[in-house]
Amino acid sequence: MKPSFVPTAAEFLRLSPEILLVLAGTLVLVLEGITGGRRGRELGRLCLAALWAALIASVAASRQPGLAFSGLVSADEFAGFFRVVVIAGGLLVALFSGPYLRRESAERGEYYALLLYSVAGQCLMASAAELIILFIALETSSIASYVLAGYLRADRRANEAAVKYFLLGSFASAFLLYGVALVYGAAGSTWLVEIRAALARPPVAATPLVGAAAAFLFVGFAFKVSAAPFQIWAPDVYQGAPAPVAAFLSAGPKAAAFAGLLRVFMTAFEPVSANWEDIVWISALATMIIGNFAALLQSNIKRLLAYSSIAHAGYVMVAVAAHSSIGTAAAMFYLAAYVFMNVGAFAVVSYFARQGERYVQVDDLAGLAWKQPAVAALLSLFLLSLIGVPLTGGFFGKFYVFKAALEAGLVWLTVLGLLNSAVAAYYYLRILVVMYMREPAEAASDLTPPTAPVQAALWASAVATLLLGIFPSAVLEYASQAARLAP
Amino acid sequence: MWVDTFFFYLFALVTLAGGVLTVTRRNAVHSAMSLILSLIGVAGLFLLQRAEFLFAVQIVLYVGGIMVLFLFVIMLVNLDQAARMRQFSGQWWLALACVLAVAAQIVYVLSRGSGAFRFARPEPPARGGNVELVADVLFKQYLLPFELASVLLLAAIVGSVIMARKRI
Repeated sequence: MKPSFVPTAAEFLRLSPEILLVLAGTLVLVLEGITGGRRGRELGRLCLAALWAALIASVAASRQPGLAFSGLVSADEFAGFFRVVVIAGGLLVALFSGPYLRRESAERGEYYALLLYSVAGQCLMASAAELIILFIALETSSIASYVLAGYLRADRRANEAAVKYFLLGSFASAFLLYGVALVYGAAGSTWLVEIRAALARPPVAATPLVGAAAAFLFVGFAFKVSAAPFQIWAPDVYQGAPAPVAAFLSAGPKAAAFAGLLRVFMTAFEPVSANWEDIVWISALATMIIGNFAALLQSNIKRLLAYSSIAHAGYVMVAVAAHSSIGTAAAMFYLAAYVFMNVGAFAVVSYFARQGERYVQVDDLAGLAWKQPAVAALLSLFLLSLIGVPLTGGFFGKFYVFKAALEAGLVWLTVLGLLNSAVAAYYYLRILVVMYMREPAEAASDLTPPTAPVQAALWASAVATLLLGIFPSAVLEYASQAARLAP
Repeated sequence: MWVDTFFFYLFALVTLAGGVLTVTRRNAVHSAMSLILSLIGVAGLFLLQRAEFLFAVQIVLYVGGIMVLFLFVIMLVNLDQAARMRQFSGQWWLALACVLAVAAQIVYVLSRGSGAFRFARPEPPARGGNVELVADVLFKQYLLPFELASVLLLAAIVGSVIMARKRI
């Protein structure tokens, strides 16, 4: 694009979060080798410090918006928003991963290194302005998360989760890559802005190649966000993966994949939006229905949260279907709220499961309210937010999503979506009932209080969920500013 | 001109036949050999596009280096039992339906003539040799993805070591 390819200092600043994360990940790997795997706890602290630094760097980077590295990376407000969300999710997961891994006596540097690489990939997905870098970033994030899903090698369920995730994920990545190749064939460029310019010319937009390319790209992204009909992997993977990893998968990769989806479809495929709006509409509806109704039948809490996370992907899809900058802002707000409330809920599951994840049934939670009232109260807050009760982030997330859908004239989708969230209330409330109204079960009897990192993760998620619910306007304003993607 | 066309179809046929054989052969070594056939076909297509450098790289790296690694691993791992096992093909009718649907779409598009495929023509490359052009694109314009690919590979290597280790 530009004659000079040597990056300037400002360009390095715009990419600084990713650079920091990759360097820290490699440092963790090297230190792991030097210390012979006995310093997992310290490496975990290093990982936390790196994530904090990356968080600060992404805020600093968004102060100087612009392109970097021959226009491949666009560190605009949109990228800044998603970087913060993704890194915050990674930070919370890293906090309560430590106690979990120590319990399984598996706290090693590799876990933290892969976590850092995955977060770096996700950050880059949010800031990619070109399809090749988007694909490589997505693969970096995915490969690291496949391994994390099977990190506990001795656990057969984790093995199953990793193999399923890897095979289906590679298949989806191939679709995405095929879409990139086709769009290059049709538009002659892989830069999103140039694709948009090419597609604005009617003869190019009318070729069947463009339709096929958009469809393939949608398949790839829909798999990564677990939207129907590509959601089949999610329940098995979330159930089999270690609880902190399941929390991680439900937060960062999903938010980053939505960032990629929004950027590609709102920028590059904007001129042919009439062709893909219906597909997104149908996918949103199917995702909500499948997620919510399947969650009604689950007795395993990890599996239940997996279906609930599918359903939430459906709500975000509604915002994508609205296809406006208001819709994009609503999707961004929803994802921010979703990351905190969902990671919080998974943190409780991870704490409660105990060694070998013995207690992951909904019924095991019976009497948690008497044993650990604070934890039970926090879990209630997360579940209420997932339902969408006022004063929580989830409420305003849903409110903005459906408002955007109504303004876009998607009345039926809005009505069906609201009915869906009413259905969803049932299975979340069931957990509350078990927790508060049943006699303490055997599972709750020998529960020790949560350790400091777990408490920190829980309280931080709770505070973020409440802040988004009580003062949503600041975040929403920032999101609406960032949502003006199309130049 | 017809020589070009002839060779295009020849190499395309070799590529496709190699690909089909790769997924249908039961013996893993045969599959790897078929993959070599397919990769040679792709190398021929590169040559037809006057990308001599990519042609050489394809032969040296993929056919030469990576395939030897594949064969090495296949022979190192005992796959005899796996070859005797029944293959999972319970969904073959579903796969057949998908293949037929895609084939119908392709036939439909082809029947509309070459006008249905309007390819963008990238700008003709600036002067310079083949190697120079590749280097220019790879190390200037696409420097960042090139570097990022190393992170991707590092993550994959760490992952494979974790997966292969006996205990954590």
